[in-house]
Amino acid sequence: MPTFLDFEQPIADLIDQLEQAKSIEEKSEVNVKTTIKELERKIRNTTKELYENLTPWQRVQVSRHPDRPYTLSYIEAITGGEFQELHGDRNVKDDKAMVGGFGAVDGETVMFIGQQKGINTKMRQYRNFGMPNPEGYRKALRLMKLAEKFNKPVVTFIDTPGAFPGLEAEERGQGEAIARNLLEMSQLQVPIICIVIGEGASGGALGIGVGDKVLMLENTWYSVISPESCSSILWRSWEQKELAASALKLTAKDMLANKLIDGIIKEPLGGAHANPLEIFERVKVEIQKHLGKLKEMDSEKRIERRIKKFSTMGHYETIETVHVPVEDTGSEV
Amino acid sequence: MGWFKRIKENIKTPTREKRETPEGLWYKCPKCKHVMSSEDHSANLWVCENCGYHERIGSYEYFSFLFDNREYVELASDLISGDPLKFRDTKNYVDRLEASRKKTGLKDAVRIATGLLNEQEVVIGAMDFSFIGGSMGSVVGEKLARGIDHSLKHNVPFISISKSGGARMMEAAFSLMQMAKTSAKLSMLAKAKIPYISILTDPTTGGITASFAMLGDLNIAEPGALIGFAGPRVVKETIGKDLPEGFQTSEFLLEHGFLDYIVARKELKSKLALSLKLFKH
Repeated sequence: MPTFLDFEQPIADLIDQLEQAKSIEEKSEVNVKTTIKELERKIRNTTKELYENLTPWQRVQVSRHPDRPYTLSYIEAITGGEFQELHGDRNVKDDKAMVGGFGAVDGETVMFIGQQKGINTKMRQYRNFGMPNPEGYRKALRLMKLAEKFNKPVVTFIDTPGAFPGLEAEERGQGEAIARNLLEMSQLQVPIICIVIGEGASGGALGIGVGDKVLMLENTWYSVISPESCSSILWRSWEQKELAASALKLTAKDMLANKLIDGIIKEPLGGAHANPLEIFERVKVEIQKHLGKLKEMDSEKRIERRIKKFSTMGHYETIETVHVPVEDTGSEV
Repeated sequence: MGWFKRIKENIKTPTREKRETPEGLWYKCPKCKHVMSSEDHSANLWVCENCGYHERIGSYEYFSFLFDNREYVELASDLISGDPLKFRDTKNYVDRLEASRKKTGLKDAVRIATGLLNEQEVVIGAMDFSFIGGSMGSVVGEKLARGIDHSLKHNVPFISISKSGGARMMEAAFSLMQMAKTSAKLSMLAKAKIPYISILTDPTTGGITASFAMLGDLNIAEPGALIGFAGPRVVKETIGKDLPEGFQTSEFLLEHGFLDYIVARKELKSKLALSLKLFKH
């Protein structure tokens, strides 16, 4: 039985009716073929209508759908199983919330890296809900450097509710680990493609998000804070999450319009989880398309363009400079 | 007969003639409650003479004692925040900005200046916590980027003085990307082998710690500063118990290997000068 989100209730109801109609047909000799056809058409249309008009908050919900495919599923599908997971940061431990390794995409080796969420309660805990510790970011960096050494491109999958805010994470320098990745990714000699496949929460997402091409799946979000936390800080209540989701302009469409990402990958009708095979294929096609172009470019040129892209992000205004005295008077604090 | 007959005359001085203490003449240390004159306090670089508590100060104060003869040229001072997302929570972002500008007399949460520090040319970016919690939005990112550009162009060391709660929520993903922007710029500085010294002061948290503040060739801090990625309240909620004493202080970070040294404000200029000299010769 698939999981339905609150706004998907109309679809759930129709599917219920469809099941009933089918069981009637099985049990009795009544011909309900037209009813079934009609219901199937209705389901398609309702899904289409709902998904074409998702609110930002509803997209956040879809991005967290429990049936949504996670990083390792993408890697397995894209490499056709020709993937070797590599572990550890060579320093503290192996972070289960961050996975990576070499894989072959139609014969060409790619370094895949991404945050990994769990598929059931036990696995969610094992994966720390996709929230990496510093060793996760350092493992990611180690793998990127490995890719650089052997001149293989890097593809990262972003799906995290944030970097883990724990005691040990602070002791081992969560901030430093993320910061180091931002700096090193800026200068990495090989092509980097980053794809947000679920949640893109703040520095925890950006820590593997500095790339030549940064893409978002249609029903994902990317921002400086989750709508819930934003609501709790600015409205002092968790209840304004829908308002916060709209205010943050965190959808793929908004991010592209603000020139903060490079492209959107369209999801199948009903979201990525409705047809995983189709989204895997689309993501693979996008990766190959962009890698083809990026590989042709000279590495110095590619780095220059990468830095320039991030350097021009922002929105500010200039005022006519009024004369401001710089002489300090030792003012009181 | 009343029990309490007034024998002495009551106070007749009118309020306006009272010899009141003018406000701001005295400073009371929030930590040890020691009282000192504000003049002595500022002469002591806003550090308590009794317990050494470092009061939070802003860019004007730092520039006043770091640059030789208080002489410096401000860079990119004409940048102000726009409102790219038309952000509105309980207040409009533009109103928050306006109120902050009025209250602080500042244009945003960082000021960049170039001048001499013990006769060595430097670029310094100093943050102002009083401006929306020192939060980093597009203007903070752009100003730092231009400061780094100036360093690159003139081959001059870059110094940042961090004092911030993190990214500015009202600019959402724009502010997030300033982390990538400042770090990318610093990677160019690193490639050009120009020294970058990051000074972390109370408080330095969130997106600042996870970007430029932790990327110094030297990371140094003032004593007793709060420095961390997640705020102490969030960490406490995560682990569900009380935090150990001294958690996320400068001393804690030094012990865990994330700082090169801790420096009292009084010695900041001379220690910086020495570090710069050692890089140079």
